[in-house]
Amino acid sequence: MGEPAGTADDEGQGVSTTATENAATTAGPRRAEPEQAALAPGAGFVPALAAVYRAQLSRAKVSRIPLLFVATFQSLGIMVLMRGVVDGGDEARAVVSGASVLVVAFVGLNLLAQYFGRLRAGGGLDHYATLPAPPASVVLGTAGAYASFTVPGVVFTAVAGSLLFQLPLAGLWILAAVIPLAGAALAGLGAALGLLAPRPELATLCGQLGMSAALLLGVLPPERLPLPVQWLRDLLPSTYGVEALAATFSPGPAWGAILVDLGVCAAVGLVSLAVATRAYRWAAAR
Amino acid sequence: MESAPAQVAVELGELVKTYRQGRARRGGPAVPPVRASDGVSLRVHRGEIFGLLGPNGAGKSTLVRQLTGLLRPDSGTIRVLGHDLVRHPARAARLLAYLGQESTALDELTVRLAAETTARLRGLDAAAAVGESDAVLDELGLTALRSRPLNRLSGGQRRLACCAAALVGDRPLLVLDEPTTGMDPHARRAVWAAVDRRRARGTTVVLVTHNVIEAETVLDRVAVMDAGRVIACDTPGGLKALVGDDVRVELVWRERAPLDVPEVAELHGSAAVSGRRWTLRLPPEQARSAVTAVTGGAAFAALDDFTLATPSLEDVYLALGGSGEGLVKA
Repeated sequence: MGEPAGTADDEGQGVSTTATENAATTAGPRRAEPEQAALAPGAGFVPALAAVYRAQLSRAKVSRIPLLFVATFQSLGIMVLMRGVVDGGDEARAVVSGASVLVVAFVGLNLLAQYFGRLRAGGGLDHYATLPAPPASVVLGTAGAYASFTVPGVVFTAVAGSLLFQLPLAGLWILAAVIPLAGAALAGLGAALGLLAPRPELATLCGQLGMSAALLLGVLPPERLPLPVQWLRDLLPSTYGVEALAATFSPGPAWGAILVDLGVCAAVGLVSLAVATRAYRWAAAR
Repeated sequence: MESAPAQVAVELGELVKTYRQGRARRGGPAVPPVRASDGVSLRVHRGEIFGLLGPNGAGKSTLVRQLTGLLRPDSGTIRVLGHDLVRHPARAARLLAYLGQESTALDELTVRLAAETTARLRGLDAAAAVGESDAVLDELGLTALRSRPLNRLSGGQRRLACCAAALVGDRPLLVLDEPTTGMDPHARRAVWAAVDRRRARGTTVVLVTHNVIEAETVLDRVAVMDAGRVIACDTPGGLKALVGDDVRVELVWRERAPLDVPEVAELHGSAAVSGRRWTLRLPPEQARSAVTAVTGGAAFAALDDFTLATPSLEDVYLALGGSGEGLVKA
């Protein structure tokens, strides 16, 4: 724990360009070599994660709140709009769960991609990169905070939608699993996009497109979509969060399928956060 | 090289870093790569305040970004406190504290949380992070602002808060990239006092500046940089001795210079003219007679102001062949 995850790996990558110079130095007449200063301990994974999470969460007070309202109102608006077209049954479940998960996509995917894009372009990554904190704790702490930002909006949207479409509220406890897992998947994707995009405008664009995809493919009932679009829908991680939530509204939920959906979210979350961590290290030390 | 075997904190050997300028547009001319570090070799002693002076684009920031492990040199060696940072760039974070030019990472945090989070990420435990953050905020006079987010502060105050984040948690080497940009004199003094206290405890400081006055007052030694190269490296006094005992005479005319006065017309030939302002570098006797000439008769009537000064690092920079554009004299 004391050793930052990044350090061990970095230390392994010897740089060949200096090999000859170093060899020359050691072979030459021995000069008064200064003794090596002790390395200060690095930050542990968990304390660094907690520090980043806390700092990011505090940003909500300063600047995130208006955008969280936007995310929630957007979902509410969509549900009210769909109320006129959809009468209940499967379609109502799809609309409510799609609108709820959309809040996660807005904040986790779109806003986080923008944040990391801006941080990378503005030299903000230098600050973290010159601190002995594991890259994974910076990425996970930030992604975790963005996922947390979505909690009030998702809960509010899900409850309001259930009332609007007369769906049972009893299954909503599943949000306790859907928010963190869909949050991990979408925030991981957002972080990776933001860190990999060569320009911040591209990060914004990718985030917006991802959110639009989550909106269209999540809220519209899948039966009405053409087949190629349904395949696209299957590629989007938010879909599995939507389906898990939608299933719990039905009278006899298929728990096996729900577990599989959540498992997909978790797997995508793991992979995308790992990619984001690598992207962070790549972006921070170029 | 140095004769006394003073302990070396930082040693850079033949550092080269080239930036490719992106691909040329179709039909446009190819953009040549820029050598931001062009064979830089330097030695900084332990406990020294060492400055990198030069105009924007001279390669100062590129150099410190390599020193802090953020940028990998194309070739050359970087040793910091006995550690090879080209081979082990990740060790930089455990040896030094870095203040970059940007505050994006901290902008939306309160001053206190910015310092405290940085301390935590620098490896301090929770109690130490709180204690040291409060101590540094107090030291820099930021206690009253500690609950304000950085992006609601003035530029100078925000810079000061970033300094606090850089200073929290002890590190044997501080690398500060233009720490006092935008600060009022009070804040500057607080920063220099804080840096000085750490130096007294044995901390080495590498400082980037393009402010010649600051360079003269706070630095033990200065490397003057131009176009990716170190063109001179010595104490401020030693560098000034390079330009001999020439005196700088600055003349400011009310409207235009009275060129009909023969002595003034003669000075015009050797003056650097910038609007109403003339700058001359003259041996002491000539400076004296120039002053006598312009402070009498018709010339004096046309004169708005004049100053006589011993050489500054700016004069050194110009004498060494630097372009001189972009150096700050305040």
